[in-house]
Amino acid sequence: MSTVSTTLHRVGDRFRSLPRPAKLALAVLAVLLVYLLPIINPPLITTTDSDFGAVLFSCAMYALVAIGLNIVIGYAGLLDLGYIGFFAVGAFTVGVLGSQHGKLPLLLCIPAAMAVTMVSGVLLGAPTLRVRGDYLAIVTLGFGEIIRLVLVNTNWLGASRGISNIPSPPSIDLFGVPHLVWNGAVASIDLGNETRFLQFSVTDSIPFYWLTLTIVLVVLFLDWLMQNSRVGRAWEATREDEDAAELMGVPTFRFKLLAFATGAAIGGLSGALFATKQAFINPDNFTIIYSVLFVAMVVVGGQGNRWGVVLAAALLTWAPEKFRFLSDARFLLFGMALMALAIFRPQGLLPPRRTVRAKQADEETEVLEEGVAHA
Amino acid sequence: MLLEVDELCVNYGRIEAIRNISFTVREGEVVTLIGANGAGKTTTMKTVSGLRPVRQGTVRFQGEDITSMPAHERPVLGIAQSPEGRGCFVGMTVIENLDMGAYARPDRKSPRINEDRDRVFGLFPRLAERRSQVAGTMSGGEQQMLAIGRALMANPKLLLLDEPSMGLAPKLIQQIFDIITEINEQGTTVLLVEQNAAQALKRAHRAYILETGEIVREGTGDELANDPAVKASYLGGDV
Repeated sequence: MSTVSTTLHRVGDRFRSLPRPAKLALAVLAVLLVYLLPIINPPLITTTDSDFGAVLFSCAMYALVAIGLNIVIGYAGLLDLGYIGFFAVGAFTVGVLGSQHGKLPLLLCIPAAMAVTMVSGVLLGAPTLRVRGDYLAIVTLGFGEIIRLVLVNTNWLGASRGISNIPSPPSIDLFGVPHLVWNGAVASIDLGNETRFLQFSVTDSIPFYWLTLTIVLVVLFLDWLMQNSRVGRAWEATREDEDAAELMGVPTFRFKLLAFATGAAIGGLSGALFATKQAFINPDNFTIIYSVLFVAMVVVGGQGNRWGVVLAAALLTWAPEKFRFLSDARFLLFGMALMALAIFRPQGLLPPRRTVRAKQADEETEVLEEGVAHA
Repeated sequence: MLLEVDELCVNYGRIEAIRNISFTVREGEVVTLIGANGAGKTTTMKTVSGLRPVRQGTVRFQGEDITSMPAHERPVLGIAQSPEGRGCFVGMTVIENLDMGAYARPDRKSPRINEDRDRVFGLFPRLAERRSQVAGTMSGGEQQMLAIGRALMANPKLLLLDEPSMGLAPKLIQQIFDIITEINEQGTTVLLVEQNAAQALKRAHRAYILETGEIVREGTGDELANDPAVKASYLGGDV
């Protein structure tokens, strides 16, 4: 397991040490490949039992969720067990404004959804972020359930029927992209099966995947900017020692609230994308199990490492679809895989470099101390 | 008068941790609060740095009432603390920890920061050697040096040191106290909380003795060090 992570870190190091143009070219190529995944349909990776485009959309959407939750858990160190609540608020804001009670175009609904979730993040955070540790986990767990129960019981929000006819993003139909089909290792172009660029419809998930992937890339960039700023440093200090951070002049409460609100807005954004892709949402889409799954993504990926959590989100979304043929047994395997990971690799698949460094040095001192004890 | 604490009372729930204590720190001094475990030393320190809310009484810094000022605003005024148990950011490197110390400074982008960092490295050459090491992997003594250095990076008028000798080897304790004296001679006022009464009294201009939340004696370091009662209870009768 640890070889996986050292290999990944080594790949990262080698990438970083390349000359700038080569770095840029490789990055562009990699991004292009990820964009073209649903067109290429690579054997082994493609899902035969469910629509690959839809699976990729889910991967990208959950990657976005994981990036948002990583800010809360990984950077600021706040355990949020009710993240699905923000996801739901985002989805339902789009539903209410775009279908149930208004006919706003989606491009207005999405920023509105982010604003509303951000406000709900502040409203939840302001009274609760003063408590530390486990209490916050309990309060957020309650928040997630409260949101769902409110949705089920409020007619204005469609109650248990939910909201349908949620608008799609505006389409601009420019050209068609034919898919590849594979016969063993031989690829050929399937002219009968093409994706229109860029037409959003319920029949083809691929344009939604492209949209979501683009948003993921933008958010990753903003996330990188934030983490490398004074804000990121303040989060790190707060996470490591709240009192010490306060003594350094970091207004820890305000920074925790900022992490909470930023995370909430990103959760709301992913919820909004979910709503427009599904065109139909109901409270059953937002059960507590998702909150747990989201936390699992962040923990499996390695709290605090954006690439780790993106990888884990994609993996944990893709795997159950890939192994659909195992039917219910795949959940057993899924659970066992998570347990194995918790036992053998508690720091996650790709922990932040800092954690790796600290752990290595820790092991070194342990060896030294044991040597002293034996002497 | 740099720091004036007047009739301070602090509670933990219904338990009175501190009752009506008053003390002062003048510019340029080293003042120490000594006392046994649970006497209220750390609590007093936390009220001065703002981590602990005050039930009654006032804390004034340079004449300004800061009793209810939040902790994170106090470094800007010139109060910096090296907390009990060091409180280093264990995942950050030495340099990153020192930079956190200067977090609140308005002039944090000026070259003065580099000068102050060099000053810290001058006081603690060990930190210079380990500048890119992760703090969590350093020894207790090195972390203590880092905690003091980090507090100095705020360029404080008043440096609060909470038990800097805790858990350190005797030789290292001597070294840390030498450095505290040096810091003071460079012009920083120091308020020192200590269990190591012998060293603290030797270094301090003035001292206060805390017992169960109250100040029971005060005087110059020499006076208290030669006081038979203090000797008996805090110095093992032999210094």
